[in-house]
Amino acid sequence: MMLRLEHICKTYAAKPKPVHAINDVSINLDAGEFVAVQGPSGCGKSTVLLTAGGLLKPDSGEVLIAGENPYALSPDARAAFRARSIGFVFQQFYLVPYLDVMDNVLSPALASAESHEDVRQRAEQLIEHFGLTHRRHHVPGELSSGERQRTALARALLNQPQLILADEPTGNLDHESAEAVLGYLQEFAESGGAVLMVTHDDRAVRFAQLTIDLYDGRISSRMDRSPDQFS
Amino acid sequence: MNVRRLVVREIKHRKLNFLLGLLSVAVAVASLVGAQTLLTADGIITARLLNAKEAEVEKSVAEKKAVVQQTGKELQDMIRKQMLGLGFNVLILPESQSLSELHLNGSMSATMPEEYVDRLANSNIVTVSHLLPSITKRISWEEHDVEVVVVGTRGEVPIQHRGMKKPLLAEVAAGKMVVGRQIQQQLDVKEGDTVQLKGREFTVSKIHAERGSVDDVTVWINLAEAQEILGMQNLIHAILALECGCSGDRISQIRAEIVGILPGTQVIERYSQALTRAESRAKAKASAEKAYQQAKEAGEEQLALERSSRQDLEDRHSGFAAILVPLVVLGSIVTIGLLAFVNSRQRSQEIGILRAIGLSTQQLMLVFLIKAAAIGLFGGIAGVCAGLMVGRLLGSAQPDMTNWNDLFASGNLGDMLVMAPLAALLLSGLASWLPALLVARQDPAVILQRE
Repeated sequence: MMLRLEHICKTYAAKPKPVHAINDVSINLDAGEFVAVQGPSGCGKSTVLLTAGGLLKPDSGEVLIAGENPYALSPDARAAFRARSIGFVFQQFYLVPYLDVMDNVLSPALASAESHEDVRQRAEQLIEHFGLTHRRHHVPGELSSGERQRTALARALLNQPQLILADEPTGNLDHESAEAVLGYLQEFAESGGAVLMVTHDDRAVRFAQLTIDLYDGRISSRMDRSPDQFS
Repeated sequence: MNVRRLVVREIKHRKLNFLLGLLSVAVAVASLVGAQTLLTADGIITARLLNAKEAEVEKSVAEKKAVVQQTGKELQDMIRKQMLGLGFNVLILPESQSLSELHLNGSMSATMPEEYVDRLANSNIVTVSHLLPSITKRISWEEHDVEVVVVGTRGEVPIQHRGMKKPLLAEVAAGKMVVGRQIQQQLDVKEGDTVQLKGREFTVSKIHAERGSVDDVTVWINLAEAQEILGMQNLIHAILALECGCSGDRISQIRAEIVGILPGTQVIERYSQALTRAESRAKAKASAEKAYQQAKEAGEEQLALERSSRQDLEDRHSGFAAILVPLVVLGSIVTIGLLAFVNSRQRSQEIGILRAIGLSTQQLMLVFLIKAAAIGLFGGIAGVCAGLMVGRLLGSAQPDMTNWNDLFASGNLGDMLVMAPLAALLLSGLASWLPALLVARQDPAVILQRE
């Protein structure tokens, strides 16, 4: 099991009353699975993703990533664990504004002990794979939204994670770029990785094997897509 | 990719933030170094001024001392000369000689044997040094129709038990005559002329300058010739004893010694102009010494005043620096801290994602601290250069009053030039530490949710 969320609950302290972001959410992902979580704004999608990524400790429930509970680790050990195991993709891209495409893709290497040459070679391959070769020395401000998201995808894949967590990755993209990004995520799942994506985008249903609807912090429905439905 | 590259890229991206930090550190370090340079330059100038002043005072005092010494020498020389010309002396006279006659008429009628002088010379007398037997008689110089005092002298008689000393007075040779000024004018003679006295011919060997005394109407001839002319063979009127040291209480001792050897004589002290001059010279010497002391004291007082004035100035500078420097340093620390805080706020998104992709707390802190260290180091070096220039300019109204070698020769300044950039590096790091720590400890989930 690549990702196991069991009976996760998370409440934010707020005034005038606490906000129950997610309540008793359980999601399991195996290698090769692409799961999309859908729901209206404020339903708790991002909280599920952050909790699954070892970034937000749940109030209750169990989180296991590749069989390991990240919240049992110290903050720095958890950071190192994230660097090793998880790739993140966000709607706002979160690229470092003063680094060019190559350096942004290489930024996760700051947290790894891998040899410089190996990492750089992999970064070159990813840049080429995502069609960014001609943009490798451009900073994010000089890129289109699609190029920024592809750069973020390349960065997420640099450390060869087993799991990608994507938060509205197509939210700021045009149709063509969104399709391309979803295609890359599907490709990653097909190559043996696991993808958990939270999205508003209905197109995601076409790419995910399992679509989970979240409403008011609870799972309201699950929709499996049989293998023969895959396009 | 490494942290250093990340820092360099960030500095290039946010140049203003970096330059403001650099400026802040540079101003603080420049204040510190400038103040120290100013104080060091002040110290050097003070030392130079005081040294120059001391040298000036020492020179002035030395000059005064030289004047005093010269005055003393002149005094001694003058006394010696006066003793030679006028005799600092006692006069040995026959006991029957009336002192009234001597003082009123300047002549003597009582005589004593010339042999007395030999007796005195052969005795063991210790209180006199030179003996001059003479006859002195006022006569009418018939050949020239003038009144004249004739002095017959045989020169100095050596005292046997002391060995021969250099004679103070040479005898007047036979056939020669020394002439006083008034007589020379009356006779209208010059050196080398011959004159007749009591039928005997004399050659004028020397003419005295005007002395304003009985000497001006006196002629000196050989004692033996004087005795013959005056019919006083083997007789003398007086013995002049020179260099007898007979001032003060010793006169009674000298009298007793002489009368013991020459019974039937009397000894009188002849107060001479030399003594008066000696006293005035002594007074002059005392005045010169007093002037020397006064000059010395005035110089020292002036020096003390200069020292005090320079010390006041240095104290004022130190006091000003003691207030200004900590304020500027504190202000700079706060500014650097605020800049680091603003920088961290600007970079929260970046920090959140770096944290999310796996950077540790230490790595994130390092990102901020390396930048802070760069600000501290480069700002410190810039501040040292600026501080040296400003301090040196302020420290010397005249550009050549201090030079770099003098400034660097001061251990304090040299140490400070090394320590200031290091201290700036440390303080900049400390000022950035808290913002860096706050950023590094931020929950990435909170940042990413906020965004």
